[in-house]
Amino acid sequence: MTGTVLNCGYVPLVDCAPLVLAKELGFASEEGLDLNLIRQPSWSALRDMLALGHLDAAQMLSPMPVAMSIGRGGLAAKIDTLMVLSVNGTVFGVSAALAADLGAVPFGDARAVLDRIAARDGPPLRIGVPFHYSMHRLLLSYWTSAAPQLKIEEITVPPPRMADAVAEGHVDAFWVGEPWGSVAVQRGVGQLMMTGRDVWQFAPEKVLAARHDWVATNDDTVRRLMRAVFHAAKWLDAKRNKPLAVEILGRSEHLSLSSDLVDPAVTGHITPKAGAHPVAVDRFLQFHKNAASFPWRSQAAWIAHHLGADVADVKKAKGCFRTDLYRRNLADIRADMPGASEKVEGSLQFETAVASSRGHMILAPDAFFDGRTFDFAGSDS
Amino acid sequence: MSTNLRILVVESDQNRVRDIVDALGAAGWRDVKALANVAGLQRTVSEFQPDIVLIDLANPDRDTLEHISYVTQTEKRAVALFVDQTDDALTQAALNAGVSAYVVDGLQMNRIKPVLETAIARFKIMRQMQSELDAAKQALEDRKTIDRAKGILMRQRGLSEDDAYKLMRKAAMDQGRKVIEVAQALVTAADLLS
Repeated sequence: MTGTVLNCGYVPLVDCAPLVLAKELGFASEEGLDLNLIRQPSWSALRDMLALGHLDAAQMLSPMPVAMSIGRGGLAAKIDTLMVLSVNGTVFGVSAALAADLGAVPFGDARAVLDRIAARDGPPLRIGVPFHYSMHRLLLSYWTSAAPQLKIEEITVPPPRMADAVAEGHVDAFWVGEPWGSVAVQRGVGQLMMTGRDVWQFAPEKVLAARHDWVATNDDTVRRLMRAVFHAAKWLDAKRNKPLAVEILGRSEHLSLSSDLVDPAVTGHITPKAGAHPVAVDRFLQFHKNAASFPWRSQAAWIAHHLGADVADVKKAKGCFRTDLYRRNLADIRADMPGASEKVEGSLQFETAVASSRGHMILAPDAFFDGRTFDFAGSDS
Repeated sequence: MSTNLRILVVESDQNRVRDIVDALGAAGWRDVKALANVAGLQRTVSEFQPDIVLIDLANPDRDTLEHISYVTQTEKRAVALFVDQTDDALTQAALNAGVSAYVVDGLQMNRIKPVLETAIARFKIMRQMQSELDAAKQALEDRKTIDRAKGILMRQRGLSEDDAYKLMRKAAMDQGRKVIEVAQALVTAADLLS
């Protein structure tokens, strides 16, 4: 095949699925793209390779393009978010020892888990996260700030080593993307207490990112890439495709994870502890439905705000979530688009119909565990 | 040239560590410390107070190192990833050689550059050696597979070794594949059928 070669970096986690399927199911080649997926050993390496031009595009943790665009994140660079690759998909768990100490807490009750953890005496709780500029870390900070007396120490652990870090006692708890939470459970070293969506019901987790300058000069390639990924995400979210998705992802050389490790995240059946029954978690990991891939500018603003950005930087952050490209590049493939590009984050308690390009669409609940809402509309003025 | 910098090398492979430390030592830097894993990194950084930390770009511990660099306020200034906008060639050379460097913020460029150049040269050689080793291993593996496939054809079809190879080569040419791919397919099929 002689398509346009596009080098795209990724980290082998279940939620890189849209990229893997865009390639393996031929959505990319249908768009005339020869999608070259290049595995990266760490988020910092991926960031450097993208920023310094060795990758055209990459899967990134949603806070990374925001952090880099406002001059943080280890390496400042103008990076755009073309679209959201996945919503939710992370888990919070504790070591077997801490689980025994905490006693029975209802799975998924963020407030109860926090109260129970905060009620303990002792040294600061060591919590493993994959990367400082991650949604994991932002959700952890947001959640624990509701219990000021709780002292935590953030420890960065590469996800594939999270179960080891728990087993060896380097961390007491962890916030990680699948399959590494399920791995800790399977190995009997950890117990899952809740999922990321128990803190924020609709958190942008991974995004498709590219250098701002490259985006500006590669209009057509960007368009093809976005369309291929959009089709893959849509395919992934169709219920009837889930078993096949698990099978393809499990076999893919790009992931090298067995099917039983891919299954929980893709089907949303999470097993909190070894030997327990799986719990069906609605929207555990979402790729397409409810405008999941739409890069809401208010999501960028929320991220920037929680990175401690000032008003000017929040505005800059909004600009790097490219709703304009999303609207322009996906309009003629019947992608439904919300009428607005910002929403009041946290305001939706239930599924809600809103105006869209094709009439109306259903947005999913996006509430926070503490009921707070974030309106960044004023920060434009 | 100033050689009184404190350099920390994070690398778990003992041979590689020796290589890098020796190369730096030969160029005049004696205050070099090596660390096998990042478990003790935070302590090492605050005790040793390195001016420069060198780590393989491919090392998965980089994210951990990076986080420590955000939170560690050494007596001097925070450590930051070295990217020099004014000397893009040096940054690209480091990336190509597979080395990343974290330096104390505000350190003079003329003091960093020679360290980086020495490290880049050494990493390049190590990378070259590694890819040669990988290529040699792969060639040996391919050879074994082709020999097995030849053996299968010789037994099943009563061919000579030469003819067995010619048959595989013809099949490969007809299908636009490599001989090794045909051999692999044959070996796999034979394993399934036996």
